[in-house]
Amino acid sequence: MKAPESAPKPKAPSQRAQGTPIRALRTAGGLSVRFELRPLVTVVALLVVALAASVVLIGTGDFQIPASDVISTLLGNGSVAHEFIVNDLRLPRVVVGLLVGAALGLSGALFQSVTRNPLGSPDIIGFGQGSTVGALVVIVLFKGSAEAVAYGSLAGGLVTGVLIYLLAWKRGVHGYRLVLVGIGAAAVLTAVNGYLLTKAQIVDAARAVVWITGSLNGRGWEQVGPLFWFCVILIPLVFAYARPLRMLEMGDDVAYALGVRVERTRLVLMTAAVLLTAAATAAAGPVAFVSLTAPQLARRLTRSPGPNLLASMVMGATLLIAADLGAQRVFGADQLPVGVVTGVLGGGYLLWLLAAERKAGRI
Amino acid sequence: MNRLSADNVTLGYDQRVIAEQLSVEIPDHSFTVIVGPNACGKSTLLRALSRMLKPSEGRVLLDGQTIHSMPAKKVAKTLGLLPQSSVAPDGITVADLVGRGRYPHQGLLRQWSPEDERVVQESMASTGVAELADRYVDELSGGQRQRVWIAMALAQQTPLLLLDEPTTFLDIQHQIDVLDLCADLHEEQGRTLVAVLHDLNHAARYATHLIAMRDGKVIAEGPPSEIVTADLVERVFGMRCQIIDDPETGTPLVVPAARKGRVRDAVGGLGR
Amino acid sequence: MPARRHALRAAGLLVSLGVLLLVVVASIAIGAKQIPVGDVWHGLFGNTGTDNDVVIRELRLPRTLLGLLAGAALGLAGAVMQALTRNPLADPGLLGINAGASAAVVSAISFFGVTSLTGYVWFAFAGSAAVMVLVYALGGVRAATPVRLALAGTAATAALYGYINAVQIMDTAALDKMRFWTVGSLASASMSTVGQVLPFIGVGIVLALIVARPLNAMGMGDDTARALGAHVNRTRAVAMLAVTLLCGAATAACGPIVFVGLMVPHMVRSFTGPDQRWILPYATVLSPVLLLGADVIGRVVTRPAELQVGIVTALIGGPLFIFLVRRRRMAQL
Repeated sequence: MKAPESAPKPKAPSQRAQGTPIRALRTAGGLSVRFELRPLVTVVALLVVALAASVVLIGTGDFQIPASDVISTLLGNGSVAHEFIVNDLRLPRVVVGLLVGAALGLSGALFQSVTRNPLGSPDIIGFGQGSTVGALVVIVLFKGSAEAVAYGSLAGGLVTGVLIYLLAWKRGVHGYRLVLVGIGAAAVLTAVNGYLLTKAQIVDAARAVVWITGSLNGRGWEQVGPLFWFCVILIPLVFAYARPLRMLEMGDDVAYALGVRVERTRLVLMTAAVLLTAAATAAAGPVAFVSLTAPQLARRLTRSPGPNLLASMVMGATLLIAADLGAQRVFGADQLPVGVVTGVLGGGYLLWLLAAERKAGRI
Repeated sequence: MNRLSADNVTLGYDQRVIAEQLSVEIPDHSFTVIVGPNACGKSTLLRALSRMLKPSEGRVLLDGQTIHSMPAKKVAKTLGLLPQSSVAPDGITVADLVGRGRYPHQGLLRQWSPEDERVVQESMASTGVAELADRYVDELSGGQRQRVWIAMALAQQTPLLLLDEPTTFLDIQHQIDVLDLCADLHEEQGRTLVAVLHDLNHAARYATHLIAMRDGKVIAEGPPSEIVTADLVERVFGMRCQIIDDPETGTPLVVPAARKGRVRDAVGGLGR
Repeated sequence: MPARRHALRAAGLLVSLGVLLLVVVASIAIGAKQIPVGDVWHGLFGNTGTDNDVVIRELRLPRTLLGLLAGAALGLAGAVMQALTRNPLADPGLLGINAGASAAVVSAISFFGVTSLTGYVWFAFAGSAAVMVLVYALGGVRAATPVRLALAGTAATAALYGYINAVQIMDTAALDKMRFWTVGSLASASMSTVGQVLPFIGVGIVLALIVARPLNAMGMGDDTARALGAHVNRTRAVAMLAVTLLCGAATAACGPIVFVGLMVPHMVRSFTGPDQRWILPYATVLSPVLLLGADVIGRVVTRPAELQVGIVTALIGGPLFIFLVRRRRMAQL
């Protein structure tokens, strides 16, 4: 992989001004929005991939539908049979997948940026495990319905989030302390989950493992609703705080000196990230490693410093849909939960990137 | 009245009190340097002046207002700080890092104006890093990197600029570079600079106003030529010395007293 | 002053050894079946084949020995790994060891029909060793930086857990076995297991203690270490080998016991400071205290049933760890 940024530097001062890589869209009224070319192209490309994969995924199943028919059905021109299969059965599943992936990718990017640690993702620092405890309690102890499991998971995730934040609080929440407290909590919660699994009947244990892996099978419009509202409220909030977050990356002191309200920024963003994770987990289970790998992959594609929020979010959605498509195509409809493939795909891709970077002598 | 002052502040971390009932004034348009032995509270004072640390008693005043109750961005447009602990994000270019200094002047819908562009170019030019604009910050030498951080603080365009030990970890030529740069900023642009420095001779040469601290108290303050005496150095640093005129600038130059054996050798050498 | 600190640390190490001895005695004496102290002594040194003698010699002794070995191995491996990756969050799970072992065990159960714990050992060992080599190779061998190692380990873990979950979902029988192996337990220890892992752990301990000094130098960055005359690449390779031997053997014998390797070095650093020559011995002594102590508690709280040691270590260790994180500024590496 070549890095265009590190191309030979211009020497004469007159050339220099043009070399400055900061771009912005400006309007007559003095408004301006910054953008960078490569991240923008990356995001658009990922979106195209995600949408294409979605269309193919909707066409995939026991009853195959060609992509052209899927598109015309989505646009409202399909046959009655197609309309039922597409709009009532398969579209909600794809929408859940896109939203879950986006929520996980975004919250992963937030966590990794706030904790300044590539491992500071919700599945490492306890939030995923908290949701799992909630869900397993419902599955193993109460043998609850799918809906009850979702509520259990939501409650577990939120309680864990609040607890970890309070435990890490000491004149402000320091990223490093948050990660350590989270790891401690994750260990305890993992033990609780292990214990619940050994106590469960094998049927419940099997159901629990499917849930723990994360799956889109059987997801319908009733899962879309709550998740959609969480996303609609939280995602704009997160992006409103994206600029202070970039400043936070230079250290608390620098951010403070630049006029960032450090603690408030952190609180708002962490809360949003926890809520996004909890909502996504309630809808699909703790789909493994999306929040860990999506930001890492996004940053390597955009080659841009900063939290890469938009790219991570789109990458999360793309990753999840592509993984689900892989699971459906290779192993047959509804056989394998998507979490199996996100792990293999995301992990494998990250390994490949590391190997490629090594060959190219980067990092 | 001066724009920045501390009024009877008590400073500390948790239960540990570093300074009690400390009052200082930063003269407008001065290059003020705070010196003192390690752990005398000089960095703590700077952190309080920059609202990084909230005094448990007393207040820090900026333009007559308590700094801790002012809106963060308003303070950030008036007073800049270059802290010791700063992290350059992975893979960031010099221009991008300097551009981040524009934060307090920007908003959600005013993210990168031509004004921002111009100020960033100027800041890079006046710190001599314009040629490095497209380089990655991680690739630079320590001296270059420090200049880039100063450029970022300059891009903030504040009349007051606070620097916490800006010369630490630098080679001697880079230390002088950075201090010359600070002096230029002060003289040419009329900014008020406050710096914590380790080296007393650097402080005496560059400062227009010196604050000498020990054990959380101000021992002396004023222009270096008036207050730097052998007696003061002994009181502040516990070190005997002679003060001579700096042959380059005429400012006080502190020459630490030598050990006895060495003095005799030197005198013998002179007598020959 | 330094001499006094030395003496203090040495005394502390002696005290820790004393505590370890107490825990060992407790581990032999306490269990589902209550055995008087006199009978314990009799069982150990004057075996005549009474019921109690059999319990002591066939069950408690191997279990205690295994806990001792596995505890020391996990703690030491964790300390070495944290120094090596310069990441205070590193633990055996991070470099993919647990995932490698788990993937191998799940394959052994599902595809090779292995059902006995002694049968898992070699699979688990091979799995963790293979993943360590992979992670090290992708981490960049010569160009290995802490972040790259951690990322490679996490990526490998992600991929392997996908596989493990897939097998578990398709093969319910394998899930049934795996769910007990995964929580980590000493309950099935036998003298033959102890014999199997002893040589690996022994060699691992020696190697780890040898690299303590160069690791100290590497704590200040590779360049400084080179300037101080340390062989950076060789040290890294030896340290990786030590970690593989230690974790591989411990995980093979007891299942993936998480957290001991992460927590104990952290606790140790808070009073030894960043000197590996003290951290490593302390971690070696105190980790078995935690593991055996947790095992004893697990035998007592739900008597006559047992709580697996992996669950107890996490339940005790987690809150303690969080308390320590809050109480002091955690010692950086």
